[in-house]
Order: sequence, then structure tokens, then C-alpha cells
Amino acid sequence: MNEKPEKLIDKKGIRADGRKADELRPLKLQVGVLSNADGSAYIEHGKNKILAAAFGPREMHPKHLAMPDRMVLRCRYHMAPFSVQERKSPAPSRREVELSKVIRESLEPALFLELYPRTGVDVFVEVLQADGGTRCASITAASLAIADAGVPMRDLVVACAAGKIDDTVVLDLYDAEDKLGAADVPVAYMPSLNAITLLQMDGILTPEEFEKAINMAMDGCKKIYEMQKEALKTKYMVVKEAGEE
Amino acid sequence: MSSLVTKVRLKQIEGLLEKGKRLDERGLHEYREIKIEQGLVERAEGSARCLLGRTEVLAGVKVETGEPFPDTPNEGVMTVNAELVPLASPNFEPGPPDENSIELARVVDRGIRESHAIDTEKLCIESGKKVFVVFVDVYVLNHDGNLIDCSALAAMAALLNTKMPNYEIKDGELKMRQGYTPLPMKNHPITVTIGKINNTLIVDPWLEEELVMDSRITMAITKEGNICAVQKGGSSYFTPQQILEASKIAQEKAAELRKKLDW
Repeated sequence: MNEKPEKLIDKKGIRADGRKADELRPLKLQVGVLSNADGSAYIEHGKNKILAAAFGPREMHPKHLAMPDRMVLRCRYHMAPFSVQERKSPAPSRREVELSKVIRESLEPALFLELYPRTGVDVFVEVLQADGGTRCASITAASLAIADAGVPMRDLVVACAAGKIDDTVVLDLYDAEDKLGAADVPVAYMPSLNAITLLQMDGILTPEEFEKAINMAMDGCKKIYEMQKEALKTKYMVVKEAGEE
Repeated sequence: MSSLVTKVRLKQIEGLLEKGKRLDERGLHEYREIKIEQGLVERAEGSARCLLGRTEVLAGVKVETGEPFPDTPNEGVMTVNAELVPLASPNFEPGPPDENSIELARVVDRGIRESHAIDTEKLCIESGKKVFVVFVDVYVLNHDGNLIDCSALAAMAALLNTKMPNYEIKDGELKMRQGYTPLPMKNHPITVTIGKINNTLIVDPWLEEELVMDSRITMAITKEGNICAVQKGGSSYFTPQQILEASKIAQEKAAELRKKLDW
């Protein structure tokens, strides 16, 4: 996991890990992987391995945090100490606090918060192995976990990053590209509503490159969206067949 | 925050926005008055106070020596911390930083870091062993909305005001000398925050607007006009068209502020 490529992208437009500029890493999505959670999902996005679980809608604890007119969504993004090269302290870092907030805000637009006053939904995301783009993979998995819990949603939220390595705008950066590249633009998107629910950027991009990166990320999101729907169907087809027997 | 009051206020603000007006009679893309004062805290190596309307932020810079990060042995270190001081708002409580102050600090940090505002290579004393560490502490003194832009302005103004002690290295020991030099700076990012209320984009939302707005987007713009940091916040969404519109507005406003501030 520690290889550092000399060049991130060659003259033919092939990246250090063999992908083309607009190619996603291999993805695996699974729904209903934890028996105690109301809903759960597991994602492998490249070498990222992430578990997400959703609980609720349930009574808020502590009670004073409940809202009289709507549901409260809480999210915790957390990285396992062994998920990265150098051991990470299990205490939540400032980065994890910020990511928990932006992940929550990326999921809230998909929920009908006003339909469940006084209740709460808790989403827990555990990054078991990180390889760049964990916030995006976390959102993709978390939205599946919420759907699996049976919470009505306007749309699934799906996330994917684009960025710039050397002088090229590319899709779905992995760890080395994220660290050595020029810019990273994570995007979360609800495809059937054409709504962007998370957008961050660091690095330097011209306004034209920024527009290109967002469009590329949205195209990537649309591909993952199909896999998300397939993963949900796979679980519930089994449930349906079991019911028919 | 009473949700009933918020709903009544939202109606009023939406009604005004439909006519292209705002509660405080500003244009949709107009900033509040900006006042910056530098060098208020003599003990700090650099300091500045920024007033954005009634929002007030004091930023202080302390320069110390420390170890570089292993992956950047020849570069000095910069960190930004933000305190939402309880005297600034009835909604701020004492205690460890919450997610809002962490997000504020990290967004201000990202703008300065990613634009390479500080020439960190000039802050190296001894490669891999000793570098200057620049601590930027953002102190919110009065919260009347748009803490991000006000804090970013205060932080940049404080960095531009920062003086480093002259030094020499004798037998591997760091010796301070008489006099000061300015902190080496390479770029001056300007951060622009745009709020969305009912599909109308407004620049520099103040507190009354912040309480009812759907979401916000913050963009830091370098002096070359490139984008160096973006953060979407809030519980709603933007359409791709709105993002591009916001990006255009941010470019224009950053250029306008840059001219006004002479950065």
C-alpha cells in the first residue's frame, strides 16, 4: 500500500494504477450485512473497505436533543486505527469531526425529516481500510444503510470524487493520487433530483477545470448509482423469494 | 432557536428576495461594510480585527519553532484554530470545540494552505529537524453571520501583519538577532460565501438569513482567479447550475474585494 509512482499519469493517459482518466476503481456493494442494525451496507471501493449501519427512526437519546417538528439525523464517521499506514489514534480527530458533519449534511436532503418529529436516525460509518476517497465511499454506503433500514428517501445519495493529477482532470482518485495530485473534488449527488448535496475542494483548479471535475464526478456518481440500486434489489429479491416459499 | 419565529421570518425574507431585496436593504450580491485593523495585540507576532457588518473576528498569529512533518521536512508548519467565544453569541457555550468551530477552522485553513499563501519553504531552519510553526488563532467576538468570510479576512490580515524575529544558526543552535522581517507570503486568497434561500443565491448572508437559509457554499479564490478551496454546508442541496453560478459570483466578488483591500 506504500508504492509511490514516479508519474501519476503517462503520455497515453494511463494512470499509475492502470486506469483511464474517466475510469472508476472496481466497486463491490452489499446490503444487510449486520444483523443488529436496522439497516447496513458494506462497500469496497478500490482498496477502501467501509461498513455503514443505520438505526431508527427511534427515540432520541438524550431526549433534550429531539426536535419537536422534525427528525434528527446523526452521523459518525470513524476510521479504524489499523485502516491507514501509520496507526491512527481511535479518538475522533478534527478531520473526522468535520467529515461526520459534511456526511450528515449530504444525507439530510434525501430524508423526509419533517415526517418523523421527535425521533432520531443514527448512522455509524467505520472505515476498515482507507485508500483515498473514503468520505465518498462512506456516503454511498451510508445512504444504502438508511434505505435498508426502511427510512423513506427522496433518492439514494451517491458520491464520487474527481480531481487533477499532473495536468489532467481524472475521476475517482486513489490514495497516491489524492496525496500527490494537484486537486481533489468530492461530490455527493442525488441523480434523479439532479441535486448536489456535498461539494468540497482542495488544491488549485481554474474555473474551467472545476466545472469539468464536477461534471466528471457526477457521471461517476451515475454509474455507482446503478450499482447501489442493484445491491438493494439483490438483498430484497432474496427476502421476496424466501417469503414466497 | 424557535422554529415558529424562524418560519415567520423565512416568509418575510422570501417575500423580499422575490423582489430582489434583503432585510438589511443590501443587493443580493453585496457585501456588508468591511473594516480591517491590523496590529492590535502587541504580544502576538501578528494580529488583525475584521468587522463584517456587525460580525467581528480577531485573529492572532504566534510564531514558534518546532518539528516539520516527516513528508515535508523542508517546510514550516501552519495551523489554524477557531474559538467560538461564548461572549460572541447567546448560542455559544464554553467547552471543547464543537463541529462548527472545527469546520470554521478547517475551511479557513484550507484556503490559506491550498493557495500556498505562506512561503513555507522559507520557514525551514534545519531540514527535517527544526522549522517555524505559525499558529493562527481565530477568535470570534461577535456573531452576526458569515463567520467563514470574516475569519478568513481576519486570518489573512493577521498573517500580512506578522513579523518574524531575525535569527542565525551558530553551531547548530538557533540565535535570535535584533529586528524583524515580515512573514514570507506568496498568495492572498479571498474567501466568498454564498447562501441559498429558496433557490435564490445571496452573497455574505448575515445572521437572520443564516438562520433560515437552506445551504451555503464557500469558495476561496487565489489572486490568479483560480479556485483553491470549496466547502458546501447546510442541510439542503445545490443544482449543478447553481454551483456554476455561485462560482462565477465568487470570482467577481473576490476580484472586487481584492481591489478594495489592495491585496
